[in-house]
Amino acid sequence: MKISREDVSRVADLAYLDLGETELETYRAQIDEILEYIGKLNELDTSKVEPMAQVLADDQTADATLREDLVVPCAVADDVLAQAPDPEPPYFRVPKVIER
Amino acid sequence: MTTMKTIGEVREAIAAKKASAREIAAEHYKRIAARNPEINAFLTLCEKRAYAQADRVDAMVAAGKPLPPLAGVPLAIKDTISTRGVRTTCSSKILDNYIPPYDATAVVRLEAAGAVILGKTNCDEFAMGSSTENSAYGPVKNPVALDRVPGGSSGGSAAAVAADLAVAALGTDTGGSIRQPGALCGLPAMMGSYGRVSRYGLIAFASSLDRIGPLAQSVADVAQVLQIIAGRDPNDSTSTTAPVEDYAAGLAKPVKGMKIGIPKEYFGAGMDAGVREKVEAGITLLRKMGCDVMDIHLPHTDYAIATYYIIATAEASSNLARYDGVRFGPRVEGDSLIATYRKTRGAGFGAEVKRRIVLGTYVLSAGYYDAYYLKGQKVRALIAQDFREAFQKVDVIVTPTSPVPAFKLGERVNDPLQMYLADIYTVTGSLAGLPGISVPCGRIGGKLPVGLQVFGPAFGEAKVLRLAHAFEQAGGAAL
Repeated sequence: MKISREDVSRVADLAYLDLGETELETYRAQIDEILEYIGKLNELDTSKVEPMAQVLADDQTADATLREDLVVPCAVADDVLAQAPDPEPPYFRVPKVIER
Repeated sequence: MTTMKTIGEVREAIAAKKASAREIAAEHYKRIAARNPEINAFLTLCEKRAYAQADRVDAMVAAGKPLPPLAGVPLAIKDTISTRGVRTTCSSKILDNYIPPYDATAVVRLEAAGAVILGKTNCDEFAMGSSTENSAYGPVKNPVALDRVPGGSSGGSAAAVAADLAVAALGTDTGGSIRQPGALCGLPAMMGSYGRVSRYGLIAFASSLDRIGPLAQSVADVAQVLQIIAGRDPNDSTSTTAPVEDYAAGLAKPVKGMKIGIPKEYFGAGMDAGVREKVEAGITLLRKMGCDVMDIHLPHTDYAIATYYIIATAEASSNLARYDGVRFGPRVEGDSLIATYRKTRGAGFGAEVKRRIVLGTYVLSAGYYDAYYLKGQKVRALIAQDFREAFQKVDVIVTPTSPVPAFKLGERVNDPLQMYLADIYTVTGSLAGLPGISVPCGRIGGKLPVGLQVFGPAFGEAKVLRLAHAFEQAGGAAL
């Protein structure tokens, strides 16, 4: 077994994801099977391989294509706030975070 | 009104005043009203926006102005791509009521070219899936065979075009999500090179893999739509300044003598016998067309799915952290901020998305990062290296698109690993950042479509399109 129920529960905590008891067990079994499959990568010796951290070649990377950092008008604040479940313009309101 | 299947037919009808853009849009909405309840390709329609655009086109016709390349062409847009003022859900309950405050660059460019956007298409939730069964709004049915899936994740876009509900569509491809539904619905479907098309306004799943691209009824139409959406966009730093070739001009060039590599590794176990027969017939056709077909090796192919599901889920776990019930989407209140995040995410995401967030968080977590994520990045480098070496010898690489034709609805939903293996031939090009097209290659039993996939070197879109077009013209779809 590659992954335990405790592992799934711990990872769900890290991801701020509520999972029910049935979900925990279903995902554990399915992810276990997937990790078992992923284990085939260990057949390869990659000790001398550089990880591929970006897709584009050096002359096409963000460094070559970054735009100038300019202030531009963005008049969509109202539209953005209108999407919030609990807006208090110009703020997003959330449940109390700091206890006094 | 006769069914207009191509951009050329729409343009011709409008230019000759045989039909107005408004009439063509209305005809498509009529067809959508008739067919969509059954196939479920569209989630949201935007009639007001479509008719306003159609009227602009008709005014240009009336004024005798030159018409832009997509004047009046009815298009469908996958629901992972932002449309200002038009509900965009990613087929997820967590974005059930989301209305983007801006348009994706691809959408802006299509409308500037005269296209009429009809609506937003169904897909697997956050583009995670290969059958469109992971949508929170119900599965899409394949118009070719209604008891079967259209493929995924861009299944709604593929079904819309295949059922003549739109002339072309935009999909998004992370591991095969444009090409595989194209293959399963019998359409040409393409992703350009990583960096070729701006992703500004594409709702992110896996940022080192995600791409926007077209599905249509002909390779020429795929080329035309790609031409319009390709090119540098200051709003996306991963869009490159590499020049965009004239794809239409390249289509007519000869393919005689073109060097085509056939990787042995794509013809192993797990491939449906019907798919094998059609793809082999396709390769015979390529030889008859005068192409120089040769066997090649891509030795790390067998490791691609494992690599992909590490990298894609890791990136997804990070990208999907933004859905927390604070700025958009429904919120489920808890007794603290953290509890609110947890409840909102637990209630808002579907099973496949949760599974991938858990897997992606796990492979990035302390103690497992080196064994999984770093290992995945290293094997990704080996897969990309395989392709670079192959393209020293050949112009393009030809493979099947999918190991199986459209499968029955419900057949694979309870077996995620089996579903992942449907992407076995497409994820390689995604990991390597290469352009790839799926082009129709016959139908099994005269019914279920098979796709032939063509990969090119990075920014080799013109070559890929040229071969796909020649294959189509030589009768590839009728094999």
